[in-house]
Amino acid sequence: MSLSASAAHQARPPARWRPSTRLAYLTAAAACLVALPVLALAFTALSREALTVWPHLAANVLPVALWNTALLLAGVALFCGAVGTGAAWLVTQYEFPGRRSLEWLLVMPLALPTYITAYVYVEILGFQGPFQSALRALTGWRSLRDYWFPDPRNLPGAVFILGIVLYPYVYLSVRALFSMQSAALIESARTLGTRRWPLFWRIGLPMARPALAAGLTLALLETLNDIGASEYLGVRSLTISVYTTWINRGSLAGATQIACVMLLVVVGLMAAEARTRGARRFALPVKRPRPVGRIRLSGARGWIASLACFLPALFGAVLPLYYLLGELWRRDLVAQADPTLWRALANTVAISALAAALIVVIGIGIAAALRLGRERALPLLARIASLGYALPGTVLALGLLVPLAAFDNVVADASRALFGASPGLLLLGSGAALVIAYLVRFLTIAVNGVESGYARISPRIDDAARSLGADRRELLRRLHWPLMRPAIAAAALLVFVDCMKELPATLLLRPLNFDTLATVVYGHAARGVFEDGALAALLIVAIGIYPALRLARAGEQTSVSREN
Amino acid sequence: MTIRTALAATALASCLLAAPALAQSVNLYTTREPALLNPVIEAFTKDTGIKVNAVFLKDGLQQRIQAEGANSPADVMLVVDVGEIQAAADAGVTQPVKSALVDKIVPAQLRGAGDNWITLTKRARIVIVSKDRVKQDAITYEDLADPKWKGKFCIRSGQHPYNTALFSAYLGHHGAEKTEAYLKALKANTARKPGGGDRDVARDILSGQCDIAIINTYYIGLMSKATNEQKGWYEAIKPLKTTFANGGTHVNVSAAAIAKHAPNKENAVKLIEYMLGEKAQHIYADGNFEFPVNADVKEAAAVKLLGAVTPDKLPLADIAKNRKAASELVDKAGFDN
Repeated sequence: MSLSASAAHQARPPARWRPSTRLAYLTAAAACLVALPVLALAFTALSREALTVWPHLAANVLPVALWNTALLLAGVALFCGAVGTGAAWLVTQYEFPGRRSLEWLLVMPLALPTYITAYVYVEILGFQGPFQSALRALTGWRSLRDYWFPDPRNLPGAVFILGIVLYPYVYLSVRALFSMQSAALIESARTLGTRRWPLFWRIGLPMARPALAAGLTLALLETLNDIGASEYLGVRSLTISVYTTWINRGSLAGATQIACVMLLVVVGLMAAEARTRGARRFALPVKRPRPVGRIRLSGARGWIASLACFLPALFGAVLPLYYLLGELWRRDLVAQADPTLWRALANTVAISALAAALIVVIGIGIAAALRLGRERALPLLARIASLGYALPGTVLALGLLVPLAAFDNVVADASRALFGASPGLLLLGSGAALVIAYLVRFLTIAVNGVESGYARISPRIDDAARSLGADRRELLRRLHWPLMRPAIAAAALLVFVDCMKELPATLLLRPLNFDTLATVVYGHAARGVFEDGALAALLIVAIGIYPALRLARAGEQTSVSREN
Repeated sequence: MTIRTALAATALASCLLAAPALAQSVNLYTTREPALLNPVIEAFTKDTGIKVNAVFLKDGLQQRIQAEGANSPADVMLVVDVGEIQAAADAGVTQPVKSALVDKIVPAQLRGAGDNWITLTKRARIVIVSKDRVKQDAITYEDLADPKWKGKFCIRSGQHPYNTALFSAYLGHHGAEKTEAYLKALKANTARKPGGGDRDVARDILSGQCDIAIINTYYIGLMSKATNEQKGWYEAIKPLKTTFANGGTHVNVSAAAIAKHAPNKENAVKLIEYMLGEKAQHIYADGNFEFPVNADVKEAAAVKLLGAVTPDKLPLADIAKNRKAASELVDKAGFDN
């Protein structure tokens, strides 16, 4: 195979465009696949029935839903921006007690699905939770009539819970930027006598803007799409409205109309992000970058920095995990675990790994097409291929359901006509529909991850390689691939974790007798005994922790290798 | 992620995803939580040798069967709200359940038009109060709007199907205008934003956050059986005899239907008949505190715990029909805001 490949390689004239053309086709195909549910939805949104629903929605639903969503997004943006950027700055610029452990501990909340954290906080902060119980024991108060205690079941609670789970998106991307790009600038500023705070406000923060925007976009899209946590905490966001309109009024048309309003919000978010990013370009200098020398914080300052980094990890990961482990032990859940749970575990890992592999391969193709291709339509196609992440899982699943089922029926009928036997529903009956749904939903993450890897490779390296006679294929294989491996690995892990946590599309599109850990947890939560699902929840977290650790390490390793 | 890992994962996944091919089976699409259903399903398989393949769909059950069309593997659907099962029947994804046994057990008013769906169990939606702080034993749904409950009333989202069905019944009794006023008055009485689940209101009564709340009866039963902190919730509450001013208690159903294109229709009928039989009805009634539909099932745990319930006279079909209007009124009254 290598022989024939190299023979073919030699036979081909060097300056042909074939690889990138093929990549452009791939991008177009991905864009079509993502556009499929969107078009199916748009078609429904404009149906005749839809016209009768719109006045009610516009008058009674949308104003409140838009307002709540705006508040939720603003709150989560502030929370994630402040916590993520602040923590990233501290761990990259300073040396303080526990910094190395905190650096990865800060990523940990990412392993917890938002709905699990929401359930846990309602319990922890609840009347019988440890805090209120301790308070009553200390003071002799007897009920909530005697004192006030924060209740997470409202908008501020939702901001806190979504923020504490989602800030690692910002932390990861900003930290990568701080640790890779800032050395020369920051050290010059320090030499010139810039003090600590101005250094952050005037150098660090402006420099972090593109990374901040990229991280925030992910966090905000997750917020916008969240159903489990928002519903449980009683926040009437746009997504929840889509949901109730669809289920309670049986109005798919109305639901899709709200979904279209959501899409507008998303397009707005993305445009804002593109503007922040478009204005400035930060490519690494061709010379190997060097990490910033960390300044040691001594005494109280060091401990304050430790505490500041520990608190997000405490609230985002340690406390919920501690609670889940406690329930596991209190309820003796390990002893009660049945084979269905282990099957769900195997299902979860298998389907997430399969989907992640496929998604990342396609993501690499699209990012490479964007880098190498000259086709005019490419940026637009790539944008379309990224739209899936903006659709709430339920809506996406609905949009996919009809076209996928139609395909299955054609196949089944044709096969019956030709062979006299039907394979049943090919996609919906096999779990392939789930993989397609994950692909549509999470392709953005892969593309963005690979693109950010590309952004770190200066175009001048491409130019140099080409002037030395490398063709595009060689450029990809010998330069881009080794340079981008960490970025690709990180993207694969993120996609894997997201597939594993995915709930609404999994619920709607999975075949018979197929459960994932997320659906098991949901099954328990839906009948009001979330704690019985603690083991399944912990398994999700446990599987998610390894990728999260790897993500944290990915940053560390690059910094180590740069020190050599 | 190396190629090899990916290939291994693919191979593993295809093994896992391969559907089991069994001679005797029945495919079940359900919005009922698996843990509540499993005891009945296991008993069915044990007694009949028919394997049950199930998928738990929270929402979109009807949409999925509709989309899957003529090749859908669905045989039986189980749904826990009259509005949802009626919507499925209206969408034409069901077929009549033809069974003399079913006709004998289930009264006509608990079946859909043309026997397109069948009630399996009943559950009432009633008022509970704080055992210590409220001294009364009966109440009407209408009384909940009394300003004396201001800042004391707790309820889950007004858009939850259980509440929508209740408000839909209210609409059937009192008309749209009064229902909207009722919803606004209820909203004004709430101690906290409507949200959480049904059991949460019991906890909020224990904590002192509210004095009065709405809950489905089987949750009371399940909490009474709990060995953990939910026992404390149960001990803090008292169920009230709850009726409409001119009627009975609001009762919703869990119901079954046979899918229009059911590939295993015979087994589907067998499963529904089994679920109506004494054994399964006892499992439902004693394990999950629901009211059995089979009159031969005596001494059901729910009845022992809560006493017999006189269902409201309003036909289930009307409740299903008013669902959309009720849901819109909930929005209009800003109930969940």
